[in-house]
Amino acid sequence: MSDVETLVRGMPEQVQPAPPMGVLAELTHRCPLRCPYCSNPLELDKRSSELSTEEWKRLIDEAAALGVLHIYFSGGEPMLRHDIAELVAHANGAGLYTNMITSGVGFQPTMLEAVAEAGLDHIQLSLQGVDAQTCDRVAGYAGASERKHAIAAEIARLGLRLTVNAVVHRENVHQIPDFVRLAETWGAARVEIAHVQYYGWGLVNRAMLMPSRAQVDAAMADVEEARGRTAGRLVIDCVLPDYYARYPKACMGGWGSRLMNVTPSGRALPCHAAETIPGLAFDNVREVSLAEIWYRGAAFNAFRGTDWMQEPCRSCARKELDFGGCRCQAMALADDAAATDPACSLSPLHRQVVALAETDAASGRSEFIYRSYRGV
Amino acid sequence: MDVEIGSADVAAIVPSLPRGVRLRFDESRGQWFLLGPERVFEPDEIAVEILQRIDGARSIEAIAKELAATFEADAGEITADVAAFLRGLADQRMVDL
Repeated sequence: MSDVETLVRGMPEQVQPAPPMGVLAELTHRCPLRCPYCSNPLELDKRSSELSTEEWKRLIDEAAALGVLHIYFSGGEPMLRHDIAELVAHANGAGLYTNMITSGVGFQPTMLEAVAEAGLDHIQLSLQGVDAQTCDRVAGYAGASERKHAIAAEIARLGLRLTVNAVVHRENVHQIPDFVRLAETWGAARVEIAHVQYYGWGLVNRAMLMPSRAQVDAAMADVEEARGRTAGRLVIDCVLPDYYARYPKACMGGWGSRLMNVTPSGRALPCHAAETIPGLAFDNVREVSLAEIWYRGAAFNAFRGTDWMQEPCRSCARKELDFGGCRCQAMALADDAAATDPACSLSPLHRQVVALAETDAASGRSEFIYRSYRGV
Repeated sequence: MDVEIGSADVAAIVPSLPRGVRLRFDESRGQWFLLGPERVFEPDEIAVEILQRIDGARSIEAIAKELAATFEADAGEITADVAAFLRGLADQRMVDL
């Protein structure tokens, strides 16, 4: 606590960021599923490099002292960590709101009981397709759908607050109404419809995943219809596809503004994909405190605020609404992490990006390059 | 369940915080938060007074009476305000009614 106060006091007033709201704790990159849009990096952390139970517990304590409110135990598949219940209990004891993001595969339904007893507040169960054929194909795992149904039943029995997380793309985006209906039968309180974001594995598979503009329009209408039909019973959040958008997404609510992402081996990142930006140095929580990384870390300060912006962002009225979009997407599409995200209609590259999306959407390709430890 | 704000039945409803919703005071920011799945609400002073009284035992009417006494206000008006506030949270599944 005094550590944090010293750091904050030492900073000039105008650049003093608020504490982070959430920490995404990627406990492991191990996962039985092989989703072709996985948000993990192409170069996956090995089991032998993962933080130990004690190291995660120390990180949880540092996060709580820093002012973090939500912790998201994620992966990979977090249930593959034998200490998951112990870590949930520790975070609960530290006063954090505990979330777990699971595939529902690779563990027995009965193992959830210990996690529930440890005080888990909220569980997110991913779903790759409504029908077994789509789900298993996208997940790259025969029998995934059946296991998810069994896990959903156990979640309902335990009375855990459930979000169904459906990642949508060209092959399954038409299933949104059915995703919502299935979530209702599972007793979910919330559904997240997340259009694939094109970084890492998603970028590699963009031609196989990109929906057409007509599909995106239909998806938006489906979400609105479902929201109307389930109002008061189900909260439906939607992560929009941005290649066809007019303005870019406010990525991470602003760089170094709300969230920290900690990889299995302890690298602290401003977002999932930050390592795709060359020249950024990332601190490791094994060596540097979370507070030091948040307030002083070079990577977290690289794109904080608006001083780093170029035109057309610099003079844009929306610059504090969307922060120029996503730095990693600017890197991937404009080859400059400080450029305007080409998803923005004000970017000089926007037309090219829309053309890329339209070409990919019409490619007819369906041969996924599945996530694997060997890389692409 | 659908609740008509202002109806006589409303006052008798006993609100509760469901599993997965937490009201907590954050020492580092010196303020209260209502936390839920992917949600961070920053309740104002009155909202905190209401939320702190939700215990699965007190009715909306009982909560409103306590607030009316504390803030020297009209219990009827406060009942309507409390009901409307909780209805809004219930729509987002942050309170059970």
